[in-house]
Amino acid sequence: MDAQTILFYIFALITVFAALRVVTARSAVHAVLHLVLTFFSAACIWMLMKAEFLSIVLVLVYVGAVMVLFLFVVMMLDLKIDAARQGFWGNLPVAALVGVVIVLELAAVIVHSFSGVKGSDAPRMPEGFSNTEALGQLIYTEFLYPFEIAGVILLIAMIAAIALTLRKRKDTRYNNPSVAVHTKAADRLKMIKMPSVTSSDTTDKP
Amino acid sequence: MTLTLAHYLVLGAILFAIGVLGIFMNRRNVIIVLMAIELMLLAVNMNFVAFSHFLGDAAGQIFVFFILTVAAAEAAIGLAILVTLFRNLESIEIGELESLKG
Repeated sequence: MDAQTILFYIFALITVFAALRVVTARSAVHAVLHLVLTFFSAACIWMLMKAEFLSIVLVLVYVGAVMVLFLFVVMMLDLKIDAARQGFWGNLPVAALVGVVIVLELAAVIVHSFSGVKGSDAPRMPEGFSNTEALGQLIYTEFLYPFEIAGVILLIAMIAAIALTLRKRKDTRYNNPSVAVHTKAADRLKMIKMPSVTSSDTTDKP
Repeated sequence: MTLTLAHYLVLGAILFAIGVLGIFMNRRNVIIVLMAIELMLLAVNMNFVAFSHFLGDAAGQIFVFFILTVAAAEAAIGLAILVTLFRNLESIEIGELESLKG
């Protein structure tokens, strides 16, 4: 058993254990923290498969941004754990049965077909090969259009998240831009017709 | 005993099954359900990276990149909906989400 296999088994064990804790943890904060551990050890496994860029992205973007967002929301909401865990253990037999069946079925198919593909069968990359450079080349040439769509999706998600959670405060002065734009000059300025006043009338008064 | 493609794929299958298990067991807790969905997406990404490595084709890793993008968007909007829900109902229990019931 070489070092890579041992590392794989260690990381895989940590991943599976942490994933199990995610779905069984009592408090939601513990669940998020175990999810962070899951993603972190998954990133280590990706590193074993020489996907350096993605494993770093998983740690920086996913653990650093998305999981922190989860943590913020979990801590912001006042969750009633006991009510939410009603029927938790009652579902266990069915859930465990379904889960075990899924794993066994997939494993039967996968082991039958792919257990012959050894790590040494993976194509050797040339000397000085850079994973990041290869991905960059692909993204900006062949996958440029999907890449731009991904950017638009992120923009839409950002606008949607802001629009959903935006709340007007009643004690602040608020300018309605729509009303401001649609204002005509006639709404603000009133033209009044009145008899003109001669200069002699004004000079008479003290 | 050497590392094969099957090892990575079975790990992905186990992660996916744990995600399904989490959705089954935490039906009443929306936030754990969201986390279980993240686990299932991680399993998919694991398969993509494994095939990409063993086929020597970087396109699989590009797909993981896009899945991460969509998953981040999904998490952001899901959590925003959750916050709005909590403001209106003071709870995120699925059983209380019945205002659309006829």
